[in-house]
Amino acid sequence: MSYFRDVGALARKDLLLELRARDTLPAMLLFVASVFVVFHFALPASPSRLATIGLLWVAILFTALLGLGRAFVPEREQRTMDGLVLTPCDRSAIWLAKSLATLAFLAAAEVVALPLYAVFFHPIGGATVAAVVLADIGICAVGTFLGAMAVATRARDLLLPLLFLPLAIPIVVGAVGASVAASPARYLGFLVLYDALFAVVCWASFEYVVAE
Amino acid sequence: MLIARRLGRRYGEKRVLRGINLELPSGGFLVVTGANGSGKTTLLRICAGLAQPTEGTIERSVLRAQVGYLGHEPLVYRELTAFENLELYGRLYRVAERGERIGMLLERFGLWDVRHERVASYSRGMTQRLALCRVLLHEPELLVLDEPYSALDEAGAELLDAQLAELRGERTFLLATHEPARLEPFATGRLALAA
Repeated sequence: MSYFRDVGALARKDLLLELRARDTLPAMLLFVASVFVVFHFALPASPSRLATIGLLWVAILFTALLGLGRAFVPEREQRTMDGLVLTPCDRSAIWLAKSLATLAFLAAAEVVALPLYAVFFHPIGGATVAAVVLADIGICAVGTFLGAMAVATRARDLLLPLLFLPLAIPIVVGAVGASVAASPARYLGFLVLYDALFAVVCWASFEYVVAE
Repeated sequence: MLIARRLGRRYGEKRVLRGINLELPSGGFLVVTGANGSGKTTLLRICAGLAQPTEGTIERSVLRAQVGYLGHEPLVYRELTAFENLELYGRLYRVAERGERIGMLLERFGLWDVRHERVASYSRGMTQRLALCRVLLHEPELLVLDEPYSALDEAGAELLDAQLAELRGERTFLLATHEPARLEPFATGRLALAA
């Protein structure tokens, strides 16, 4: 139980920091809204659903990347990771809490993004919403892990997309498939498998990411 | 408490620490001195468990939860208040009667009246006082302090002196400083690092 209390305390800290600094969520909201507005005017009238679903997932992926890039900024700028890793809490709790906080920011951005997509392009179906939920989990689990790796390097802004985007390809495949296929169950199952596999790998190896 | 044999650390091609031997018994007070770039901070980070040596061995008889580390940075969140920072660390360290302990430390270090203000609004000296509160919060067995007098005014330095005097003998100290004379009354051992 103390593990989840630690996760709760750390996630609460991240939400409080965002509430005070407001430097992640507004950027994510502005970015995703701008993408839809720009493409609303850039695409020909009545674009196909297939094309706009692709656009939706690219927008979600890059919006998430914005949030992931900022996830460990307080720990980097104020060197607080040293303080956190010295505490007796399991180091994976730091990853889990950060993933949950990033997931909350991404979900908040999508609460605006999905209706906006429906207004500008096509209605959103239940399978797409399910795919968004499952994809978010995978994006935040893997992205937070890679964000912690990238933040320790000088080329952090370049490194995170370079590491993250190839690993996000299966998420895009599963999510787009679930959004457009007649029977999305197979693709949703694939996303569940991806989430479970990468969550376990990230959880088990985060200890080595924060060790110097 | 702490035994290091032929300790060394490289960062790529650069060697920042070489052949350090030290023995710090329980209750000891070891003062580390040396010029800038002599490896004091690296040595302290290794002893605290924040970095691994690339050469030699180190044995620590304390768990990481029993280490209190003060670095060059205060290791607190600037957008949180002093109380929120200590509350977070208190939870993670499972400090019993957290509220009382935090209140006592904030009172002692003269931060009680500003406990609900964000750390970003603090002066460097106040932030250093908060960092000392963070280090002492969980009553660590081993205190690893890197330049603890840095940014403290005379009143703050006297508070720290009083704290060191109170804990000397009860806790084990490893402390890096450019002002060894100030710590002369407490020191049980000295280690001078060559640049």
